[in-house]
Amino acid sequence: MARVQLRNLEKVYGGTVKAVHGIDLDIADGEFMVFVGPSGCAKSTTLRMVAGLEEITGGEVLIGGQRVNDLAPGKRSIAMVFQNYALYPHMKVRGNLAFGLKIAGRKKPEIEAAIAEVARILEIEPLLDRLPKQLSGGQAQRVALGRALIKKPGVFLFDEPLSNLDAKLRASMRVRITELHRRLKAEGLSSTVIYVTHDQTEAMTMGDRICVMQAGRIMQVATPKELYEHPANLFVAGFIGSPEMNLLDGRIEGGDFVIGGQRTPLGPKVTDRLSDLPAEAVLGIRPQHLGLAQSGLAARLTNAEFMGHEVYLHADLEGRPIVAVVGAAQYEALGRAERIHLRPEPEHIHVFDKSGGGNVSLRPSRLAA
Amino acid sequence: MDIHADMDMDGFNEARAARRARLRALSAALRYLMLFTVGLVMLYPLIWLVGASFKTNAEIFSGAGFIPRHPTLDGYIEGWRTSTPYTFGRFFWNSFLIILPKVIGTAISCTMAAYAFARFDFPLKKVLFTSVIAILLLPNVVTRIPQYMLFRDLGWLDSFLPLWVPSAFAGDAFFVFMLVQFLRSLPADMEEAARVDGANSLQTLVYIVVPMLAPALISVCLFQFMWTMNDFLGPLIYLSSVEKYPVSLALKLSIDTTEAFEWNRILAMSVLTITPALVIFFAAQRYFIEGISAGGVKG
Repeated sequence: MARVQLRNLEKVYGGTVKAVHGIDLDIADGEFMVFVGPSGCAKSTTLRMVAGLEEITGGEVLIGGQRVNDLAPGKRSIAMVFQNYALYPHMKVRGNLAFGLKIAGRKKPEIEAAIAEVARILEIEPLLDRLPKQLSGGQAQRVALGRALIKKPGVFLFDEPLSNLDAKLRASMRVRITELHRRLKAEGLSSTVIYVTHDQTEAMTMGDRICVMQAGRIMQVATPKELYEHPANLFVAGFIGSPEMNLLDGRIEGGDFVIGGQRTPLGPKVTDRLSDLPAEAVLGIRPQHLGLAQSGLAARLTNAEFMGHEVYLHADLEGRPIVAVVGAAQYEALGRAERIHLRPEPEHIHVFDKSGGGNVSLRPSRLAA
Repeated sequence: MDIHADMDMDGFNEARAARRARLRALSAALRYLMLFTVGLVMLYPLIWLVGASFKTNAEIFSGAGFIPRHPTLDGYIEGWRTSTPYTFGRFFWNSFLIILPKVIGTAISCTMAAYAFARFDFPLKKVLFTSVIAILLLPNVVTRIPQYMLFRDLGWLDSFLPLWVPSAFAGDAFFVFMLVQFLRSLPADMEEAARVDGANSLQTLVYIVVPMLAPALISVCLFQFMWTMNDFLGPLIYLSSVEKYPVSLALKLSIDTTEAFEWNRILAMSVLTITPALVIFFAAQRYFIEGISAGGVKG
């Protein structure tokens, strides 16, 4: 069983610079957990502390219920795939795959069998006798994956493994890794994954749950759907989703949200709890939930990006930039109009506390979860 | 009309391309001539040395040409016998007995010291590394006398030990520094991968770091080999019996002991002395160029 638990995990560099601020996280056995966040948010540092490559300043890491703070990386039942692949340049692919098992003192026939099996799963049989420098990026990444897989670890750690690949290869590797995870799980093998990325597409498509981090703190841990639909705070709201969620400063008056001189009605889930809400707030609405209408928030169209079946409308609302995603046909119907009216779908409106950044439109029960 | 104009343009472009190609060939020829001339000036003493070693003593100083008029092997035959009870082979053997442990010891000890400095944090690391740099800047001559006293008290005089033992304990700060710099330029990812694969520090060093360090390590061995082969002062200070002389001292011996110098013997033995260094240099040259770490890390 390879459940991973982080208990008040801290990292301080040089006694003064605090990189990780007491993280608590429980990753279930077999779960695919993605750490996502902008660069410098300490997601890699956290992963490296789980791996044992970075010393833990405070708190503890438990793998399979066992405290591993003082265990060497090789004894933690983990395998890691690095961003630069980190293949051993002087060893052939075969040697790269075999290294961990050789160090563990496995017998030669056993190693050979393991190599054959991994090579078959990852379709790298023809590459076994090549040196890393003779491999393309995608091939090298598959070998790196093989080197992790062959150890049959309890936990797989991925440190931005796809960021050096081109977009097309990245998409196919994404599918391959997810399939592999599903397969290992189906075969009853231990297959907990911690996957670090700064790419929200990877996070959204691969993770069972996503841990959004910023500046060494966890902002929210939830399923991709939950994150998208119910972001817990301004940071998550702005980070997850493409194009980004519109975040508009304003204030709450009656059942309406007032932006500059314009008002838009808030949905019932917000108006139910008006008394709990602050007067000054930030309205969040995804571009996909803004529709063109005859009346609503009046804005000046500044640019339109044609994406095929939909169009991103960039507009200016009382001096604030706002983006709406509309169907291509709707855009055609606009003609050459400069003034447009946008209507936020009330049930998709989020209201954030301006000072704390928390999503005050979420039901308290959801926040607690 | 347009077609004609196009054809004229084509012709013009072709003529221009041809002229450019001629100019390029000419400039290449000039460049090579220049390189060849300068190269010859630099190499001439060596070529002359080889040529003169086959000359008779009378002929050596009769001109600056290097092709012997009356080629003879006398220099080699007489030179090999030497004026001592030993042949030159004995001196080669002595050199070998100093060089072998010294080179191996240097490679092992400097790699370990450099690995520690480049990859680990330990108490007083800064102070120790600063002292390595300080030793690097210290003229050799300053430590000669204290070292001599130390080795005398240890009873190591007139043995090979003072000549190689310090080096076998990472005594050559220059090599430690060189390897530290090289290691710092290597990404640590491979070593981390090895640690995740379960290797301890020593296994990581042996299986991962040393192969990646190979080009630098070969340079270290080569430098150590050549410097030891050429070292004159060390053996002169510590060795007193002729039977323990290395080739560098033995060459001087043939100048000291004969009244009229047999120059062709000295030159012939000089040629033999530099041969191993030359052979090893050319054999290992490839590794200077080949960056073995290429391809392991991308990005």
